[in-house]
Amino acid sequence: MSASVSRIREPLVLGNKSYHQITEDLVGPTEKAPDRLWVIAFIISVALFAYGMFALIWTFYFGIGSWNLNRTIGWGYDITNFVWWIGIGHAGTLISAILLLFRQRWRTGVNRAAEAMTIFAVMCAGLFPATHTGRPWFDFFMFPYPNTRGPLWVNFNSPLLWDLFAISTYFTVSLLFWYTGLVPDFASVRDRAKGIRKKIYAFISMGWTGAAKHWQRHEYLSLVLAGIATPLVLSVHTIVSFDFATSVIPGWHTTIFPPYFVAGAIFSGFAMVQTLMVITRKCFRLEEYITINHIESMNKVILVTGTMVGSAYLIELFIAWYSGYIYEQFAFYNRVLGPYYWSYIGMMGCNLLSPQVFWSKKIRRSVFWTFLMSIFVNIGMWFERFVIIATTLAKDYLPSSWSYYWPSWVEIGIYVGTIGLFFTLYLIFARVAPVVAIAEVKHILKQYGDQYLGPNAKAHHHEHSEKTH
Amino acid sequence: MKSHSKQVLFGLYNDEEELMAAISGAKSKHLDIMDVYSPFPIHGMEKVLGLEESRLHIVGFIFGMIGTLTAFLGMTWIFTSDWPTIFGGKPYFSLPAFVPIIFELTVLFSAIAMTVVFYIVCGLGFGVENPILDERITDDKFCLAFQTNGLSGSDVSNIKKFLKESGAAEIHEKEV
Repeated sequence: MSASVSRIREPLVLGNKSYHQITEDLVGPTEKAPDRLWVIAFIISVALFAYGMFALIWTFYFGIGSWNLNRTIGWGYDITNFVWWIGIGHAGTLISAILLLFRQRWRTGVNRAAEAMTIFAVMCAGLFPATHTGRPWFDFFMFPYPNTRGPLWVNFNSPLLWDLFAISTYFTVSLLFWYTGLVPDFASVRDRAKGIRKKIYAFISMGWTGAAKHWQRHEYLSLVLAGIATPLVLSVHTIVSFDFATSVIPGWHTTIFPPYFVAGAIFSGFAMVQTLMVITRKCFRLEEYITINHIESMNKVILVTGTMVGSAYLIELFIAWYSGYIYEQFAFYNRVLGPYYWSYIGMMGCNLLSPQVFWSKKIRRSVFWTFLMSIFVNIGMWFERFVIIATTLAKDYLPSSWSYYWPSWVEIGIYVGTIGLFFTLYLIFARVAPVVAIAEVKHILKQYGDQYLGPNAKAHHHEHSEKTH
Repeated sequence: MKSHSKQVLFGLYNDEEELMAAISGAKSKHLDIMDVYSPFPIHGMEKVLGLEESRLHIVGFIFGMIGTLTAFLGMTWIFTSDWPTIFGGKPYFSLPAFVPIIFELTVLFSAIAMTVVFYIVCGLGFGVENPILDERITDDKFCLAFQTNGLSGSDVSNIKKFLKESGAAEIHEKEV
């Protein structure tokens, strides 16, 4: 498996690390008391989350009338935010599953945090449909179970139900994948800890010893899970796009939606990973593990998927014109030049145009530009969902019911609350778990450490690692 | 874990290459290795150690198929016999519409079953406390362990000698 690595490859672990130093660097942040920056960030996140909870309770008390939805625009902010979060939740399992199958070693530096991000993003996403039912205490009605109402079953032909299955499965599989990867690293924390911390980490590391047979099965499990998670990742956003594509609304009823949504999801997911990684590597001083090389690789993915999404926008316009179908043509005319023209400009500017700066290697390798672009992409992908949902519904078949929609403070509050929830969870995660996969970094050290690879290489690749496959 | 205690003699190595060489050495001397512990997976070790290939994928396949059948048969039964309903003028048995849920349940069953079986066969789980030979094994030490219960003194010193010669940085004995 670990064949020799080309000498022109860039190293992925800098700083001439020893195995022990890797443990020190990566377990270290979980052992120190949080610094002031973390505390401030945590307080802000919890405050935002609390505000979101207040807005949610307001919704439950006064009903969905406290939102600005109307007869014409029945889907607004909530679905936009739901799709936005689900899209963000695609990068983690993509990095851990697809890049594992493609043997992309740079995934080791970022997979742990990206998977955590996935899980938290899916939790934020799930909040919207769960509360949008209006009576979340009856949410179990969405699952098919034998009941006393007939038994009356759910509609298995509905994309909304497929979505429920897709997202529940995605969340479960991502969680299993992430946690199984964490177990050996929790054991590393356990074996350095004392007192109550040792007890806690002993409990959550499940008695991991590092025995040869366990490692063999662990590797095998990761590989097979990656194999089945790969089509899963692609299926989730495909099914989310079916929510729109199987309707008969002009502008939604398009066959390009599944690939276009999947590309957009990977695009926005990587952007959010970049946002988090730039901050995380700075705060935890992980520049030697999450290197510029890692950042550049992710920027390349952003460039490719951004261009794919951009092409999809243009193809949609072309097909609308080429179809000769006036309602379709009007829907797209309305998107570009209608009342929500500003969100179309935001979408095109942030998603199609701005990632093109990544053709320049200098910009791809600039931390400042990466951060800036990642924010642009996050905003652009939010606009994309808003364009698809609100713009399309605003002007439907009946001009007498044309309408305009802008969220109320309650809807904005719930959205802001999910951002608070997301960062609260991420900040807790970064305190209690190693944010970079320790065992995986050690595993690639002898092939990708800068003492073995690149201009500063001192040692040669050991004969052994070149012989075994 | 067995209740009776084990006498374990183990050597700690600083590098996985030394450990691999030591395993080969022990095999050629017909020493009975109890287990090998390392901070990360070492490729090629299953061959040197003679471990069989894992059969977790079979579990994944079987449970995946159970998931497929559960979804397919469940939806078919519900929509054709238990409570037939027409949605949008489509037939009761509309297979294409069942595909997404069949796929999701296949993946779900397979993933959960493989993970659960992994923890069961490895004897791992919340609250399990396996004996730890040395706390640096999850950091930077590579451990080759021999069980010495019932071995004669000369056998034990033989193993000790082997560990020393194969480059073990430390040699310890521990009862677990």
